[in-house]
Amino acid sequence: MSEAQKNQDQLMVEIRDLNKWYGEFHVLKNINLQVKRGERIVICGPSGSGKSTMIRCINRLEEHQQGEIIVNGTPLVEDVKKIEAIRKDVGMVFQHFNLFPHLTVLENCVLAPIWVKKIPRKQAEATAMKYLERVKIPDQALKYPGQLSGGQQQRVAIARSLCMNPDVMLFDEPTSALDPEMIKEVLDVMIELAHEGMTMLCVTHEMGFAKTVADRVIFMDGGQIVEENEPNAFFNNPEHERTQLFLSQILNH
Amino acid sequence: MKYDPQPTLPAPPGTLGVVGWMRKHLFNGPFNSIATVVLAYFIIIFMWPVIDWAILSADWIGTTRNDCTSDGACWVFISQRLNQFLYGFYPEAETWRLDLAFIMMAALIAWLIIPKTPFKGWVAAFTLLIFPFIAFVLLSGGYFGLESVDTHKWGGLSLTLVLAVVGIVAALPFGILLALGRRSHMPIVRSLSVVYIEIWRGVPLITVLFMASVMLPLFFPEDMNFDKLLRALIGITMFQSAYMAEVVRGGLQAISKGQYEAADSLGLGYWQKMNMIILPQALKLMIPGIVNTFIALFKDTSLVLIIGLFDLLAIMQASANDPNWIGFSTEGYVFVALVFWVFCFGMSRYSIHLEKRLHTGHGNRA
Repeated sequence: MSEAQKNQDQLMVEIRDLNKWYGEFHVLKNINLQVKRGERIVICGPSGSGKSTMIRCINRLEEHQQGEIIVNGTPLVEDVKKIEAIRKDVGMVFQHFNLFPHLTVLENCVLAPIWVKKIPRKQAEATAMKYLERVKIPDQALKYPGQLSGGQQQRVAIARSLCMNPDVMLFDEPTSALDPEMIKEVLDVMIELAHEGMTMLCVTHEMGFAKTVADRVIFMDGGQIVEENEPNAFFNNPEHERTQLFLSQILNH
Repeated sequence: MKYDPQPTLPAPPGTLGVVGWMRKHLFNGPFNSIATVVLAYFIIIFMWPVIDWAILSADWIGTTRNDCTSDGACWVFISQRLNQFLYGFYPEAETWRLDLAFIMMAALIAWLIIPKTPFKGWVAAFTLLIFPFIAFVLLSGGYFGLESVDTHKWGGLSLTLVLAVVGIVAALPFGILLALGRRSHMPIVRSLSVVYIEIWRGVPLITVLFMASVMLPLFFPEDMNFDKLLRALIGITMFQSAYMAEVVRGGLQAISKGQYEAADSLGLGYWQKMNMIILPQALKLMIPGIVNTFIALFKDTSLVLIIGLFDLLAIMQASANDPNWIGFSTEGYVFVALVFWVFCFGMSRYSIHLEKRLHTGHGNRA
């Protein structure tokens, strides 16, 4: 195996010169980002800075107009089969959980493994129960999402993504819609996941989480990556004025 | 501060049960009590003559109009003509075939709507894929030694049911496809769906039936003779599927973007996403609208009268013009209305039941 290939293999997500517009509005400007296998990235920034849009580009929930996105060696192009193949390997957790309300927790978890990965139902259910146990709600497996609390629903959503055995997980403000007392139970699951070596990109304002698990913290503003550093340096010595202002606003209250 | 757990007390007397309900809803305050009494009086005053005409002084038994001697309704007319109302001009010796087909259908539907019957999937597949052929063979004959019965002899309630059931079963899938087409990202599919829906929604059903029956044959070679009933069925289905499409589209729009995104992010394909995630939720939301369309369709079948098909209403009118029974059309109309009402009310109640059963609690039902 050549050196270049090895390097390629280790890159889980690569974003090169990414540009995106909503109509006339330029939301993402020249984004460059490389995420290695097993790396944990936290992305923060004021609302409207393009951080959600950026991670949503990675599994093509948003379409980009310029630049390249390569996920696990597969370039993301306008081809339904390629897009679906990438989505199989990229898990996503949403701010509003987006569980399927007409299906039970267990059915939520086995649906995609059975229909997308063609795993036999028995095996899919066993895997689902394993992950539900890991997020500590195996006893809720036969309930409907509407019967669970927000924190429980978000943990189910994480389990649902894990059931696809993804190579990388995207978290789009996973705790922003939760009551304060439920944030911890979700963060605990995410921390555990991080310790197990999952490649993660998290859009979040939970700075405690960033300090605990992140390998790198990225600060975005106005559709650009303003600053990128390992958490210690990021929080203690932010380089840019904009970062300093943002941190002072979210940390000192 | 000291905290004392309070005991749980029974509800105050007169707030529960029938007495409690009446106090709360009928007699809460002097004005409402008077209103209740006055309205009850009017209801009795107006209902009494109806009850008297329809039941108390009605004639129930006999064979001819001479048996109707009292002032009330003459139900003898209905009972004497019941066979015609049910079977139209279907040969009397063959009506068991209609009975068999409709009993089978009723049994299959019952199997499907009663909760907890086994093999629902297989029964549903049988009902949709195999039963239509059985019913067709039974009704029109010509195979297995069954005497062939031409569709112009079909009539009465059985024709109404054929029109309604075929229309309902065919309009729903077409409507769903059209609704998906209208929301498609492919411009040609979308435009075709929009054009189809807007054209069919913009013309009255009578026009559609008239075109199907009178104008369509002009465009075909003379020896090519489509069955008139088949043409009516196609017309009704195409017309109703446009309405159904708009009902379904409403349901699709009510599903949040997050559901689409969650399905996408799991790698589900378009049809998997629609079949397993979006449509089940959308159709559940749309049950009232869908059933509303079904009910309208059921009643609209009586319009086939204008192209010379004798549905329940038409055959009743024809019977009422029989010189032996002239003057009893009121009974006929009341009977037909009652039959239509029973079917429509049944659909309405089932839709309410279905809504409750499919509700999985978007928040607070334990």
